[in-house]
Amino acid sequence: MNQPPNQSRIDAPARAEDRPPPTPRSGDPAISPELVDEHGISPEEYEKILGILGREPTFTELGIFSAMWSEHCGYKNSKRLLRLLPTEAPWVIQGPGENAGVIDVGEELALAFKIESHNHPSAVEPYQGAATGVGGILRDIFTMGARPVAVLDSLRFGDLDSGRNRYLFSGVVRGIGDYGNCVGIPNIGGEVFFDGAYDGNPLVNAMALGLMKREDLILGEASGVGNTLMAVGARTGRDGIHGATFASEELSEDADESSRPQVQVGDPFTEKLLLEASLELIQSGHIVGIQDMGAAGLTSSASEMAGRSGTGVVVDTTRVPVREKGMTPYEILLSESQERMLVVAKRGHEAQVREILMKWELEAESVGEVTDDGHFRIVEGDRVVADIPALPLTDGCPTYEREGIEADEVKALREMDLSSYLEPEGDLTDSFLQLMESPNIASRRWIYEQFDTSVRTSTVVKPGGDAGVIRLGNTNRGIAATTDCNGRYCYLNPREGAKAAVAEAARNLICTGALPTAVTNNLNFGNPLKPHIYYQMREAVLGMAEACKLFETPVTGGNVSLYNETDGQAIYPTPVIGMVGILDDASQALVHSFQNEGDVVILLGENREEIGGSEYLYRLHDGLVAGHPPAVHLLEERRLQHAVLAMAQNGLLQSAHDCAEGGLACALGQAAVGASGGPRGVRAKLHDRFAPVALLFGESTGRVIISVRPEDEGEVLGMTRNHGVPARVLGKVGPVGGEFRLDTPLGHIRSPIGEVSDRYLDAIARIMDHDVDTPEGEPHA
Amino acid sequence: MKIAVVTFPGSNCDHDCYRALKLLDGVTPEFRWHREESLGDVSAVILPGGFSYGDYLRAGAIARFSPIMEAVMEFAREGGPVLGICNGFQVLCEAGLLPGALLRNRTLRFRSHPVHLRVETTATPFTSQYEKGQILQIPIAHGEGNYHASPEVLAELEGEDRIVFRYATASGELTPEANPNGSAHHIAGIVNPARNVMGMMPHPERSVEPLLGSTDGLGIFHSLLDHLSAGVSS
Repeated sequence: MNQPPNQSRIDAPARAEDRPPPTPRSGDPAISPELVDEHGISPEEYEKILGILGREPTFTELGIFSAMWSEHCGYKNSKRLLRLLPTEAPWVIQGPGENAGVIDVGEELALAFKIESHNHPSAVEPYQGAATGVGGILRDIFTMGARPVAVLDSLRFGDLDSGRNRYLFSGVVRGIGDYGNCVGIPNIGGEVFFDGAYDGNPLVNAMALGLMKREDLILGEASGVGNTLMAVGARTGRDGIHGATFASEELSEDADESSRPQVQVGDPFTEKLLLEASLELIQSGHIVGIQDMGAAGLTSSASEMAGRSGTGVVVDTTRVPVREKGMTPYEILLSESQERMLVVAKRGHEAQVREILMKWELEAESVGEVTDDGHFRIVEGDRVVADIPALPLTDGCPTYEREGIEADEVKALREMDLSSYLEPEGDLTDSFLQLMESPNIASRRWIYEQFDTSVRTSTVVKPGGDAGVIRLGNTNRGIAATTDCNGRYCYLNPREGAKAAVAEAARNLICTGALPTAVTNNLNFGNPLKPHIYYQMREAVLGMAEACKLFETPVTGGNVSLYNETDGQAIYPTPVIGMVGILDDASQALVHSFQNEGDVVILLGENREEIGGSEYLYRLHDGLVAGHPPAVHLLEERRLQHAVLAMAQNGLLQSAHDCAEGGLACALGQAAVGASGGPRGVRAKLHDRFAPVALLFGESTGRVIISVRPEDEGEVLGMTRNHGVPARVLGKVGPVGGEFRLDTPLGHIRSPIGEVSDRYLDAIARIMDHDVDTPEGEPHA
Repeated sequence: MKIAVVTFPGSNCDHDCYRALKLLDGVTPEFRWHREESLGDVSAVILPGGFSYGDYLRAGAIARFSPIMEAVMEFAREGGPVLGICNGFQVLCEAGLLPGALLRNRTLRFRSHPVHLRVETTATPFTSQYEKGQILQIPIAHGEGNYHASPEVLAELEGEDRIVFRYATASGELTPEANPNGSAHHIAGIVNPARNVMGMMPHPERSVEPLLGSTDGLGIFHSLLDHLSAGVSS
């Protein structure tokens, strides 16, 4: 079994054209149009495969193409759109195309970061689906040579009145927690949103950040002819076969039963060992490249590494350590067993690599080598089972630009006359309290208290505010990170919604005192073959591109998750923005909540009479999602953000909080409830003479609530004038346990802060803790 | 003086402990790998938090069999100070250096948030710098921190003043809401009869800098240093 790679059956005529074609294995099904179709390959794509190979593919080769040309690996319906995004800036060290993006963060340090989805696996097995999602994104970070330092998660579920949704939500949160807690990476933030549009198709997007010295950056390349490919970490089993193809299909109603075998099982302890071993390997100088065996497993890692460096590879499947006997090359190549890496060791350094892995109680096995023929060749002992030119396999996937047409139904919803909804629905205080306990606005502590947020002793701003902040290694600098996207806005107007997501992410970072620096994105959409879905994708990417250019936050990578549909019903278009920013001094980081009694509360930005797409309409009007989402005024927004950052850097702010779902009233409520020393009263007054519902609960973008010491009020107002930012004093922070009081010319909110706090803090716990986590309950309520 | 931080393969708070020790004047922290058989010349030992060997069986159940634990047990028998934090506490219980066991949290969920601790005794090498009844704010982060022991053992712990920290409210009351995991008698930390081995679930190494939100954990390390330097001079 353990022969060195250079004296093997792997040897064959070096020139690809001199080699005999691969032979089918006994038991392989014959290639038929039906089989091709089952592999998700269209007749046109099959023609292209025939052209690349110059012959009919073997069954194994068909499986390889199916995985590599799936949406998940090949980006066939999104690649052309992704080219519209800005990807460059002087601080970008590594843009899209690698395991993760990398930026320069000063002090000779580089930050690797990326977001990735695990939506489909989480829909059928929430605990493992979410856990392995965290595992995969961590591997993307440490294969760049960076030590993971923080994770965030962006989650979407259907409404929590359904037992099925509570089961999914609870399982996903436990899965994320158990995995990240065990590996020891602090969870510093993220977001969660509940809406019927995500019934049956939850979104689980995990983002990770890692730090490294600039010179430790390593890429996923198979360079150096004769170097050895080694399979490292866990053994290969039969789990997750064709996960990439599965992820590229719509879910059917019975998906939760029949698709379980395509979901992988996570082992965070092995991940921790693999993390330490990989970082030690990279430091050791014994390897030239490393890549996670993630989606499409050995197939994608080996062929992509060859494709990137313009070399070829040959792999012998009989040498791959497996969990069970009798696995076919097809299974070994397409398994998505977790916690595995493919490493390219310098020739002659295999023993040293093995030694490092053994220290961490892991295996490393030589499974192949780097060749110069540009082919991705798979042998099973003496038999060649696949022989495919690597570059056409990895980069030749056909890409499509499809027809995009907006759905009439959405147009009608957007243009709906909402004037009758501007009349208050009963008492304003009552509406306010209902919103404060909406799962989309209420405290997320039921979630993040299941995550270790303080391990690694670097967390400066924990989850619960606008963005998380960690200090940067042993320096004074800090890194802030956030994820944002309001799917309702994107549904009603994908271009404006995507702009709003970028603007909100930047605003959240600014509210901690960080300068927004770069973006990773996760494009979650339905079936791109449907014109109204492709329309959403194109519009969202255009909006994202426009906003990212303006904020100078290039996109350094990310993930596309399509076919998020259940029984033909698509999710809201959800282009999640993961954004990172830099603070020069982490000890100056701001929080969202009020600090001292008597501080002056100031609203920055413009109130507009906008109620479309709001949580107010959804929560108080039976799930209504209609109207124009709040408009994004990018130039105003940029001025606002510059002003807040300048004030933060001058130490003038006690707190800063973005106005988002639930509008001005809920933003004030959150800042008051979270106040230092306990929930504090606040006394505030607005003078705008328009409908109080829109004034209090409308979600106009580009607004920030700050609190400042009374002696700084004059300087702050002067600075806002100089920056051309509207500012008005709302009132003052009250005592702990005081009254929450917000007056407008046409109505008011008044409540003891204790009641606001009671409704807000444990709203999610009240829903979740009354039933046991069970998969029972109506499947799609 | 040297203080050892033991690293099991799944330890994830070893670097945090190392970093906290680095903040102290005159301390040289050193890592000890779980396969080592000797602690070398060290004055104290810290067993850090994490998931030692994955802890799929029971937290700390396999760690106790590692070569380094032989040395730790020997060191403890000779009176050397040993501090087990979180998973380190679990390992100490599994190894029999401390009585009782840590069960899954009452809520069956992992819990991670700051808690208030009431200092119950200052007569240990780890708490001499505190005052009895002092309230500390230190984070917890665990799934299995529910301290359990027989009534006899609990009576012994109470009678011998061996309960070091209890979960309490900010004003020091022992309410059910202040007990985050269901621990018997609100126990957050205990010592052995010789008082040189302490286990605690909360993470004092995470409360040593204003930037991290609290410096209340520093007292444990300062007490230990005080104890060690007193030993050196006498």
